[in-house]
Amino acid sequence: MKDWPLFEIFIRSKNGLNHKHVGSLHASDAPMAIQNARDVYTRRNEGVSIWVVEATYITASNPDEKEALFDPAHDKIYRHPTFYKLPDELKHM
Amino acid sequence: MEQINSLEQRFQSIIDKDEKIEARDWMPDAYRKTLIRQISQHAHSEIVGMLPEGNWITRAPSLKRKLALLAKVQDEAGHGLYLYSATETLGISRSDMLDQLHSGKAKYSSIFNYPTLSWADIGAIGWLVDGAAIMNQVPLCRCSYGPYARAMVRVCKEESFHQRQGYEILLTLCQGTAEQKEMAQDALNRWWWPSLMMFGPGDADSPHSAQSIAWKIKRFSNDELRQRFVDMTIPQANILGISVPDPLLKYNELTQHYDFGPIDWDEFWSVVNGNGPCNKERLEARVKAHEQGAWVRDAATAYASKVEMKVSISAA
Repeated sequence: MKDWPLFEIFIRSKNGLNHKHVGSLHASDAPMAIQNARDVYTRRNEGVSIWVVEATYITASNPDEKEALFDPAHDKIYRHPTFYKLPDELKHM
Repeated sequence: MEQINSLEQRFQSIIDKDEKIEARDWMPDAYRKTLIRQISQHAHSEIVGMLPEGNWITRAPSLKRKLALLAKVQDEAGHGLYLYSATETLGISRSDMLDQLHSGKAKYSSIFNYPTLSWADIGAIGWLVDGAAIMNQVPLCRCSYGPYARAMVRVCKEESFHQRQGYEILLTLCQGTAEQKEMAQDALNRWWWPSLMMFGPGDADSPHSAQSIAWKIKRFSNDELRQRFVDMTIPQANILGISVPDPLLKYNELTQHYDFGPIDWDEFWSVVNGNGPCNKERLEARVKAHEQGAWVRDAATAYASKVEMKVSISAA
């Protein structure tokens, strides 16, 4: 038997919040993945909406390139509001 | 060689900082192997763990008890799935893991090789077996491997219902007739020692523990967790009004812990090595379920490819 594809599961816990990755499961197709995700990940009212994505369709950044991708943000402290020194008596800013 | 050393150093420094390792991060082979063994064993235990309890679903004494037991067994299936998925992130396939279980190569928790002879056993399993599992699992929520830690957070959230439903079953029996209370005592007699064995061999005989603690896969030693379990459980037994089958059990004022008698490790190893009362039955039940479910999996696969073909034809 060929292995069923792996699906990554995303659940919106309530309207107003993002879908969030909760785990993965195997299913023969997307509708079955939704059904299984309902049974596995929402047995206790954890969700109001489910997304399933076949794992092979996800392109992920390479962990070895973590520094190249994310380190440049470290020294850009001027992107944060606390970088700017302003008088204490200044209000509403 | 030098490169491996520096990779290892970086890996260990991430762990020392209490940060997590994720699936695609570099990790030493031994770390990967240890995790694959531990998490897949854990997954197998959840799946095989459904069998002793499943035995009582059709014979639960009331609809309420039946619903709760069904929900609990369904949870165990879910826990198995979370854990299989976490193991797969380490590069082993689901079918390889199932093969290892079915061929007897992979182990699962030995506690499930004991039979469930009476309804009180379902109470004792929830109280003691799930209680011991929780004791083991709560520290695993902080395990250094991210996918395992996240799976354990979900498992632990669900497990506390299991323990409470088990204790409540025993509480009800202990408040019932003398015969019912005797059933509860009998279940405690049979499940107590195997539950203590669930924490694994004593620290002196647990060769992999030190490495697992350095890698922050384990946070506490087997003996530490076992002691905590005993300290937690004895007062709970007192509330039920039944007592553990250990003449040497005694509160030690000096250490503020319960001292308890020696564990029969010969029995433990005999069950681990396949000679427990139900090893054969459990494995046969799993293999049979897998083989008899093959046509369902094949049908679903055939249906999925048929639908895919229709979609590609209508798109052409």
